[in-house]
Amino acid sequence: MKALTLLVGTRKGAWLFRSDGARRSWRMEGPHFLGNIFNHVVLDPRDGRTILAAAKAGHLGPTIFRSTDRGKTWKESSRPPAFAKAREGQKPLAVDHTFWLTPGHASQPGVWFAGTSPQGLFRSDDGGATWDVHFSLHDDAEYRNYIGGEQDGTPDGPKMHSILIDPRDPNRMLFAMSGGGVHESTDGGRSFKPLVDGLDVVEGFDAKNIAFHDPHCLRLCPSNPDRIYQQNHTGVYRLDRPSRTWVRIGKGIPKSIGDIGFPMVVHPRDADTAWIMPMDGTTVWPRVSPGGKPAVYRTRNGGKTWERLTAGLPEKQAWWTVKRQAMSADAGDPVGLYFGTTSGEIWMSRDEGRKWSCLARHLPEIYSVEAA
Amino acid sequence: MNVLIPSPLLPYTGKTRVEASGATLGALLADLDRQYPGIRFRMIDEQERIRRHIRIFVGGDQVFELQKPLEADDEVIIVQALTGG
Repeated sequence: MKALTLLVGTRKGAWLFRSDGARRSWRMEGPHFLGNIFNHVVLDPRDGRTILAAAKAGHLGPTIFRSTDRGKTWKESSRPPAFAKAREGQKPLAVDHTFWLTPGHASQPGVWFAGTSPQGLFRSDDGGATWDVHFSLHDDAEYRNYIGGEQDGTPDGPKMHSILIDPRDPNRMLFAMSGGGVHESTDGGRSFKPLVDGLDVVEGFDAKNIAFHDPHCLRLCPSNPDRIYQQNHTGVYRLDRPSRTWVRIGKGIPKSIGDIGFPMVVHPRDADTAWIMPMDGTTVWPRVSPGGKPAVYRTRNGGKTWERLTAGLPEKQAWWTVKRQAMSADAGDPVGLYFGTTSGEIWMSRDEGRKWSCLARHLPEIYSVEAA
Repeated sequence: MNVLIPSPLLPYTGKTRVEASGATLGALLADLDRQYPGIRFRMIDEQERIRRHIRIFVGGDQVFELQKPLEADDEVIIVQALTGG
């Protein structure tokens, strides 16, 4: 297996961890841009050297930092994602932060997509140097309703995330909004349609209202892009296109744990295998490991059954959780898994989740971990 | 004219006091952005609003409008607001 880089975005800067293919020893590089808030740091798999990092600082507006030499040197986007100037009568919108970054299709080098808060879908055609609105959901009467109001977003603002590109077809794209549901395009993102049938919403809300849907994380299976997994505010789901109806697959997880969480990871070669990190979503939503006992849950049969994986993880009094961009898989055999915690630890498994070890401690709160 | 730069923007300018010119605050910020690309968007959003945690003073008075006329001998002070701790 080739050398690996873990790209880590935190509330106080970005770090890179380098390893050889054995994944035994790691070299830590950073902090990059100490004090900046990084929601996502992503390496371009098409050239293996371009890194984009979505940043903002406590007192400053958002930007995108770019490296074209694997993080040795950095430049700033000359035109970061920004909404159009409001016309008369329009609500003036300003990007608070870029939340999600996705490299474009393999056939479109230099193309990237960004999801922002408030919700916006932006595209760059020049490797992240300049950005434009790609799908103007705020100008679309239907989508304006799907976006919802201030009370439909996350505590840190409403998000566009989980921008997915079908590896077989650059015209097929998906995105998710918290709040605002799951949406699919078959024309390269010029138009989208909601894809929420079968998904629950919080009791008391009407599932027919798209704004009330809160997908937390979508993953497309590389080995079968018709299969999409989803960690939702209400549980774990699977969708096998062309079906339009999501199936709840998390009910096999014990009720005392529940199937609420933020991240979800899929196997690079086996569409039946996926991992989640359940979180306490009861009462006031503590957003910590259930009972203070962190555990990864894995399915190897598309969600029919789940197994609890805890070897090496803290056995008690560990009150952290993992955010939606902060868990990922490499392409090794066996697959390596990585997650970063709200308490600033990075954990890894070299054997698909059977055993875990701590790779780093004492980092700031971790927002994203990508293995590339 | 002389412009005081707050610490979060020092990665752009490398120094706390810089020279820039403009007949209005907006023109002055455009001149700053020409000298230090990217600095303006960190202070001013796409709707031409001064960002929430940035405060700008001209001659000791806080300014809220980019159309504010400037004199050649004005001192412009940009500070980070105390919000956010």
